[in-house]
Amino acid sequence: MQDLIWLLPTYPVLGFLILVLTAGRLPKNIVAIIGAGSVGLSFLTAAIIATQFLSSGEDYFIREVWTWMAVGNFSPGFNFYLDGLSLVMMLVITGVGFLIHLYATGYMADDPSYSRFFSYMNLFIAAMLMLVLGDNLVVLYLGWEGVGLCSYLLIGFWYANPDNGYAARKAFVVTRIGDTAMALGLFLLFAELGTLNIQDMLNSAEAEWKVGDGLAVVAALLLLGGAVGKSAQLPLQTWLPDAMAGPTPISALIHAATMVTAGVYLIARTHILFELAPSVQELVGWVGLITLLMAGFIALTQSDIKRILAFSTMSQIGYMFLALGVGAWSAGIFHLMTHAFFKALLFLASGTVILSLHHEQNIFKMGALRQKLPVSFFSFLVGSLALTAFPYTSGYFSKDEILIAAHGLEGPGMIFFYGGVLGAFLTGIYTFRLFFIVFFGDSNAAHLPEKEYGGWNMNGPLIALIILSLIGGFFAVPLDPVFGQSEEHHVSGLLHTFMVATPLIGIAISFLIFYTKTIPVEKLMVSSFAQTLHKFWNSGWGFDWLYDRLIVFPFLWLARINRADVIDGFYALVVEISRAANGMIVKTQTGYLRWYALSVAAGLIVLITLGVLL
Amino acid sequence: MILVWLISILFIGGIIAWLSERVNPYYPRLIALITVLLECVVMLNLLGAEPATGGWIASIDAAWIPRFGISFYLAADGLSVLLLLLTAFLGVIAIGSAWDEIKDRAGFFYFNLLWTLAGVLGVFTALDLFLFFFFWEVMLIPMYFIIAIWGHENKNYAAMKFFIFTQVTGMLMLVSILVLAYFHSIQSGFVSFNYHDLLTVETYGPLEMWIMLGFFIAFTTKLPSVPFHSWLPDAHSQAPTAGSVILAGILLKTGAYGLIRFAVPLFPEASMSFAPFAMTLAAISILYCAKVAFAQVDIKRLIAYTSVSHMGFVTLGVYAWNEQALQGAVMTMLAHGLSAAALFMLAGGLQHRIHTRNMSDMGGFWGKVPRMAVVVLFFSIAALGMPGLGNFIGEFLALLGAFQVNIPLTVISALGLIFASVYSLWVIQKIFHGEYVNSEFDDNHLTDLTHREMVYYTAMMIGLIWMGMYPQSFLTLSQPVLIDLISSAEGIVTSVVRN
Amino acid sequence: MESIPVEHGLILAVILFSIGLIGVLTRRNIVFVLMSLEIMLNAGGLAFIVAASRWGHAEGQIMFLIILTLAAAEVAVGLGLILQMFRRYKTVDINVLSEMKG
Repeated sequence: MQDLIWLLPTYPVLGFLILVLTAGRLPKNIVAIIGAGSVGLSFLTAAIIATQFLSSGEDYFIREVWTWMAVGNFSPGFNFYLDGLSLVMMLVITGVGFLIHLYATGYMADDPSYSRFFSYMNLFIAAMLMLVLGDNLVVLYLGWEGVGLCSYLLIGFWYANPDNGYAARKAFVVTRIGDTAMALGLFLLFAELGTLNIQDMLNSAEAEWKVGDGLAVVAALLLLGGAVGKSAQLPLQTWLPDAMAGPTPISALIHAATMVTAGVYLIARTHILFELAPSVQELVGWVGLITLLMAGFIALTQSDIKRILAFSTMSQIGYMFLALGVGAWSAGIFHLMTHAFFKALLFLASGTVILSLHHEQNIFKMGALRQKLPVSFFSFLVGSLALTAFPYTSGYFSKDEILIAAHGLEGPGMIFFYGGVLGAFLTGIYTFRLFFIVFFGDSNAAHLPEKEYGGWNMNGPLIALIILSLIGGFFAVPLDPVFGQSEEHHVSGLLHTFMVATPLIGIAISFLIFYTKTIPVEKLMVSSFAQTLHKFWNSGWGFDWLYDRLIVFPFLWLARINRADVIDGFYALVVEISRAANGMIVKTQTGYLRWYALSVAAGLIVLITLGVLL
Repeated sequence: MILVWLISILFIGGIIAWLSERVNPYYPRLIALITVLLECVVMLNLLGAEPATGGWIASIDAAWIPRFGISFYLAADGLSVLLLLLTAFLGVIAIGSAWDEIKDRAGFFYFNLLWTLAGVLGVFTALDLFLFFFFWEVMLIPMYFIIAIWGHENKNYAAMKFFIFTQVTGMLMLVSILVLAYFHSIQSGFVSFNYHDLLTVETYGPLEMWIMLGFFIAFTTKLPSVPFHSWLPDAHSQAPTAGSVILAGILLKTGAYGLIRFAVPLFPEASMSFAPFAMTLAAISILYCAKVAFAQVDIKRLIAYTSVSHMGFVTLGVYAWNEQALQGAVMTMLAHGLSAAALFMLAGGLQHRIHTRNMSDMGGFWGKVPRMAVVVLFFSIAALGMPGLGNFIGEFLALLGAFQVNIPLTVISALGLIFASVYSLWVIQKIFHGEYVNSEFDDNHLTDLTHREMVYYTAMMIGLIWMGMYPQSFLTLSQPVLIDLISSAEGIVTSVVRN
Repeated sequence: MESIPVEHGLILAVILFSIGLIGVLTRRNIVFVLMSLEIMLNAGGLAFIVAASRWGHAEGQIMFLIILTLAAAEVAVGLGLILQMFRRYKTVDINVLSEMKG
């Protein structure tokens, strides 16, 4: 049965092909069945394969399909590699993916491009599965670019608005920068180690490179470049907030649960390389820390419900990077899984809110939705608790593990720990800021919704995700065979209480500011310093502004001034010189007979003179 | 013999097509189509054949002008066969794109088209250098007519520019050929233009560099590479669609083929020492033309500049001269042949409908012509190197190989991947996304792709997906040739060094 | 009778040739140009005869006959062209014949 692992991406590909070829001619419920059903089939297959694999006790399983290219000693194949890590990823992708597809059958029900939407979504699932299941880095790169493509297609799904197109292109180009770095990393790895098969490559690296070897550092750095692009971390994070222009289900699927976690997967998958380059591994941690704090501050100032969740995602992925940076590989992946649950839950619930309020996304135009939208309310409650690592939710266990591991690290471990705790504090504040403003207080909406949007196909997934967000922390992820036995870390009871309590304090502060209004926001915002800070954080710490001035405007200027191609100008110059010479010489052709006769005579005299002289 | 048949079918077919116009104005295109389809069938024969003598799958060697050592020597190996197949395939596509577009003097048009194809076939198979030059000229002149007679508003300028560029550089190549033959006659006592004989000529130092430059300049003008590329945007944007298809799809590949077959093997030491400069030109081509492409408002000019950019990868691969890089160059040639041809056909189809190539007059077409939008999207994505399609295989392999030879240039060229995404997505944004704009043309004419057009595009899409997902089928054909070329060049280098 | 020195004959030929040449170059009336051309031809013929008599051959006189014939044919054609020109341009000024310029 494990042999059928190739079916996993095949079902969505078939779904994609059927939907593309029928191009909107099928009735909507058939499209829904094909679209969501293909992913559902993938999930069932994945579950069966997972059970089989886990009970077999093997560490890994390889299924070869065909040789993709064979050029000299470069011969990547289309092969599937199943181990604990790819198992977790594949279950998350197909499982959460299926729930989101199901939700989307309801969410997109009124959209005229229903079929196109599901075709893109299916293609995405296929590409993401190839990314996590490939046994060599080239297949991973195939999936990597594939998900980037689908992200572009889906962000710009509502193409009539040029802003969506801009956001889509921004996402694609920014991630492409990271992808190019990653490609260079692949070239380096092949040039030095002779193979891009992941396991072979890692074994060779361990054998040939000592810890801290310059080549390992460069290779790891380049792979990190790819990872930060896809995962929207510093410095390539600017595309994620704009990506919220796409429909909410894709924000849930691509920009929360799966694609943005691809970077985390990449680093985890090639973790041996990073262990060989400790400076880069530490850099991973720093990138994670700075991003998580940065995004936390930004989220405090946002007013669009999806953007808040987007920055929250950026921040949580920062935690995953932090985990990877301190060597807590399993913890990072564990957090990836739990985050997929509660972030998808939050995004889907926000989708219901948005549709119930007729496409309103500004939280300051919401309020008092607690009674009107019960499912969303409960979803947000559970999701927010999990996000802020409320004890015994899934997020609690995963975030806990990361911070404890950070604390156990020598050197920067302390900074990581306290930074992570500060981040948790911020998370508490902004998450519950969102919660209280949207669901409590007075309504600022034009009119309250009559009922909650969506039927069983939208509420069902929400409930499923609620359950997963609650019990997900108790799943035992089979990652030990992949990463080796994880070290046991302990922190003192005092520190542990501090760690657990801080987000709760954040929730409490948020309660005071946004619910009971004991500390009114206006008083906080009185000083001009506070206002500047607000504006600065709201603009994403000015990164868009910086990148525009540094890269975008110079490129546009350079392109514009050379529109006519200066090299062509050189040839035009040649033409002009020819013309000028022509103009000069043609003057000797006067047409006068006597002039010609004179020139004949003159030539004759010259020749005779020369003949006489020489 | 089969090679003579291949070329003759096209020559004869061209003449018949020209003459048949008097009988019925629809006959020329029919006859052209039948000719090229017949060509494809005959060519499939080549695929099954086993390499016979000296690694050639098919060959014919007949004396032509024995006094000067010129023989009628045609031969095909795996590399040539791949390019021949591409030529035949694109010939069908080109005729398809001209089907409705060329009404005026159709007979003469198809005559020119078929004779250009015949010239290209000759270029890909000629192994006598004089014969090679002969076919080089043959492929040039009918193309000049195609642009000059059936082109768009600036056709005379574009046709003349194309002609002069190629002729002048071709003359340089002729000088090089003659000098090479002269040296051969001195060194071995008899005159010959035969490829195998000329391979044994030993030339050194600056002289070898100059002779090689003659070839290099001629081929990089055809490729084209910066700084000899400026004929291309004009020629492509002014040519009729079928002309653009042949130009972009095949004619450019003759330059690359020339580099692989002639320029490097005939002058191994000079090529190796020249390689860094050539690779720098390639990197400049990739980046510079990507930037210029982005600034264009004429679609065809934009696609033309992107062609130059993509062919930069080919040059990069050729001068890296290892197995991955060369295979990458070959795959890029094949994949780019399909993707560029498709994009030019689409641009031409759009121009045929709304009579403008200016992208500022376009916008929001997705809703009106969804099939066309999807097809353009597909080929744009192919052009930016999306894995799963042929262009990725070529570019990835070329960069992989080049990285082993020259890291800084590979890094610079890899940046081209980013720029490719910028201009490809910009095209889609400008034409198909956003608000619907139709102020400059008649709405009713903006019709979606017809079934016949869809057949052509689907064939090309399948081709690209095949190349992307199962490139092994193509790589095995070219592998023995390339390995031979690599090892023979090394052999000559080492033997000279030893001397 | 003492013979005339060769040099004198040749100098006379050169003088005649130059007169003819200057006439061709400076006269505006095309008939006069034609006449000057005749002078040049005759000067050439004279040179031939003088040179031939110096060496005692008869070829010079034969050449002169050829030149005469040539001159006659050329004058016939030339006068025909002049007539055409007159019909077209209504003048015999040589400067009007300049359409081949540029």
